[in-house]
Amino acid sequence: MQEAMINRAKQLLADGAVNRVIGWKRGEFAYDITPAVFETAEELEKEFVYDDFTAANVSKYLVKESKKEGKILAFLKPCDTYSFNQLTKEHRVVRENVYIVGIPGGPKLDAEKIKAKGITGILGVKNENYTLKIDTVYGEEIMPFYEAILDKCATCKSKKHVVYDELMGEEGDVLDSNRFDMVEKLENMTAQERFDFWRDQLSKCIRCNACRNVCPACTCEKCVFDNPNSGVENKAPADSFEENMFHIIRAFHVAGRCTDCGECSRVCPQNIPLHLLNRKFIKDINSLYGEYQAGEDTTSRAPLNDYKQDDCEASIVHERGVE
Amino acid sequence: MQRIGVFVCHCGTNIAATVDVKSVAEALGHEPGVVISQDYQYMCSESGQNLVKNAIKEHNLTGVVVCSCSPRMHENTFRKAAAAAGLNPYLVEIANIREQCSWIHKDIASATEKAIILGKAAVAKVHLNAPLTAGESPVAKRALVIGGGIAGIQTALDIAEAGFEVDIVEKNPTIGGKMAQIDKTFPTLDCAACILTPKMVEASQNEKITIHSFSEVTDVKGFVGNFTVTIKKKARFVDETKCTGCGLCTEKCPMKKVPNEFNMGLDNRTAIYIPFAQAVPKVATIDPNFCMMMKTGKCGVCSKVCSVGAIDYKQEDRFIEQKYGAIVVATGFNPIKLDKYDEFAYNQCPDVVTSLELERLMNAAGPNGGTLLRPSDKTHPHKIVFVQCVGSRCDDSKGKPYCSKICCMYTAKHAMLIREKYPDTEVYVFYIDVRTPGKNFDEFYRRAVEQYNVHYIKGMVGKVTPRSDGKIDVQASDLLANEQLHIDADMVVLAAAIEPDKTARPLATMLTTQMDTNDFFTEAHPKLRPVESATAGIFLSGACQGPKDIPETVAQASAAAAKAIGLLVKDSITCNPCVAHSDELMCNGCSSCEKVCPYGAITYIDKEFKMPDRTIAVRRVASVNPAVCQGCGACTVACPSGAMDLNGFSNNQIMAEVDAICK
Repeated sequence: MQEAMINRAKQLLADGAVNRVIGWKRGEFAYDITPAVFETAEELEKEFVYDDFTAANVSKYLVKESKKEGKILAFLKPCDTYSFNQLTKEHRVVRENVYIVGIPGGPKLDAEKIKAKGITGILGVKNENYTLKIDTVYGEEIMPFYEAILDKCATCKSKKHVVYDELMGEEGDVLDSNRFDMVEKLENMTAQERFDFWRDQLSKCIRCNACRNVCPACTCEKCVFDNPNSGVENKAPADSFEENMFHIIRAFHVAGRCTDCGECSRVCPQNIPLHLLNRKFIKDINSLYGEYQAGEDTTSRAPLNDYKQDDCEASIVHERGVE
Repeated sequence: MQRIGVFVCHCGTNIAATVDVKSVAEALGHEPGVVISQDYQYMCSESGQNLVKNAIKEHNLTGVVVCSCSPRMHENTFRKAAAAAGLNPYLVEIANIREQCSWIHKDIASATEKAIILGKAAVAKVHLNAPLTAGESPVAKRALVIGGGIAGIQTALDIAEAGFEVDIVEKNPTIGGKMAQIDKTFPTLDCAACILTPKMVEASQNEKITIHSFSEVTDVKGFVGNFTVTIKKKARFVDETKCTGCGLCTEKCPMKKVPNEFNMGLDNRTAIYIPFAQAVPKVATIDPNFCMMMKTGKCGVCSKVCSVGAIDYKQEDRFIEQKYGAIVVATGFNPIKLDKYDEFAYNQCPDVVTSLELERLMNAAGPNGGTLLRPSDKTHPHKIVFVQCVGSRCDDSKGKPYCSKICCMYTAKHAMLIREKYPDTEVYVFYIDVRTPGKNFDEFYRRAVEQYNVHYIKGMVGKVTPRSDGKIDVQASDLLANEQLHIDADMVVLAAAIEPDKTARPLATMLTTQMDTNDFFTEAHPKLRPVESATAGIFLSGACQGPKDIPETVAQASAAAAKAIGLLVKDSITCNPCVAHSDELMCNGCSSCEKVCPYGAITYIDKEFKMPDRTIAVRRVASVNPAVCQGCGACTVACPSGAMDLNGFSNNQIMAEVDAICK
């Protein structure tokens, strides 16, 4: 796949169809594959990577990149196309300035899950019939492939590209996903259990802002958390209120716009399952206002930005909240 | 440093009986920035206002908090007082300690505590108030009347009389509404058509009035003085400008089995039709659901016989857009459907009819040419039972909780007319109460009882059963005689409850006006502003606001016209300065605000910005038209980045209030 992508990118650069390519390059370790912009064939050949660790969603980078001179080639996985569409809908990316090549998605690997098996010093991986062969500085290790995949891939919602200019490989379908199972489990807890669960999780937050910075729905010109006038601005979790509220405020801000790409949880260095907050919103929106998938298209009215006569009464929130 | 004055009103005992106003004034006197805190018996009185004015001058106040009644009552009073004393009127805040405090609490201690908290919130807010200046916006000198019944016609005539252009939008092919279907009118028994049709003709001849028949309002944008309305002129497949109303097409049309709505489905009309002889405009309309040409492509008789070539089978709906300064809603009423009333056998027996059907049965233009005959066998009925309150004053889900108001009188009218014309017919009326509170109404009812010997029986009909011999068995109770009655009637007439027209609810949404739970439009004040809606520039005429008879409808229609004229004579109106604005540096250009704005006040512009890295970037940002914005605040909560804010109700001000309350 990587070869085919490099070749296609080189071709498009040579044709002058695009003047830049957004893809990924290797980081310090084999598993920290990072989004990168390439301008020449040489750069592509030298550094372009697309492998089982390439999970990062590049859509958000296009907010800035699509406003630059010339057209940029973007390789988008199915989940990334939802983010891209949502950004188009919000006028955050300039669609005409992006040439989208849809590429097959995951499942992608989670280095943390491999490390959790006691496997360290990872140099590279190979997937042989769903057995993961891991080359480490201490020799080769193996583990079942599906035990090493990212949570966001394990609950994948769609293999379908909702926007592209051309497609590499087969088009997939929207999946019948089990992504709300964990949300349901949380809903079935008592209020105290749920509170304890989130206190436990959110107290791990170090306010590194990685979740916000990676989130394709978080593209405000000036984030409330960076705005002294907002009253919620702060750099570090000064008190317990901060660490709790930061994520809750963020979940509210992206409600109805979050496409459930799962990047927040993937990048969290503390492994907080942040996507569950967003999924609760998505699940509630689905049940209160009818099925809605943010980013599925660029024209529909989002339920929270729309009013219909048969919308539920606001009191439903109170009724549901009663234990 | 702020210098805030607090003024606590007793409102006689309205507030002072439940709230210790002295403690409130004392407590608020210690709030930061408060330099004077006073209480007074009637703050809205001349001397109360002087107290405020003098304090503003004496203490050089920068903000005023009045703890009193709802801002809907006296906010304007105190704003004007402040302005008279040289303080910007928007530096006045009202803490509502009457409707939201003293009136709803009984315990003095807790009510006082709450009043203090509400006062503190207002003080916290006024700290952040900024002086605002109201702008002006022009008034479009044209009115729209929605509905062409007697209410709409009267309103339009009155507005036109005052010299303003008026458009009537009527969803049916002709104006006239329900009154056109009525035979005689109470309490004078003059013929409805004889008094209505001259008004219809007057409306059509008036140069200032444009009638859009067979049309609907599909979109309303804008605000008082400046509405932009889209009207759908439904395809009638006949060119209105060419049709002379000669009626030849309706005679020749081979499709003669279409239920005639005008006669309540009691007889048939043709697929191309003119609703009735005096229709305005007198133009034919093709019913595409029945027209052979439209359905099968075979026929075309009407187009062959039409000498002016008015038939156009390919006509499509047209949309027109027009600006209006004022809108009058006159959407009227309908009798409820009686499907759920099997006890009255309405669906089972053709001789059980509604009162409106009886109007048609008795009318000269009706199915029987004015002779009262049973629908089933066209024989004279000799015993007729009237049932009152069918679906009115009902506490179950089948009917309506309200009194339909007109039924007692029209039933007395029907009973009297029948006894007059057919003295051999016995008439029974079953009632819960007879309600006749109108000029000459009770005299009218008494005439029916005393002069015409109509049998009025207090009690409800329990069951109506059609018998095989053609008679109808009516089982009822006589509550005064405490007897069960069985009457073998020839006809039963049901006084069905009336309800607002079904088009009213979607229209209310378009107009952003309020309705009650029964879908009647809500007036701005039930006593003092009965023909205005709570939305400025929208007025209410006729039964869309509540059940009404013709005299009341006409009175209200003229009142609504007077209010509309009062608006249209102004060249401009003062705008509300509490409008939204966007912080362009924070705006993402995402369009959320534009989507939720009910007034179309937000547009997007591409604007150049100097970025921190000294480059210049073109960004899409929201721009609010302050003349169109009504300050509803929907955009401020929809904005994901917090760029939208509302003058006078800024996010900071609201947070300050919440903080003050939660402290």
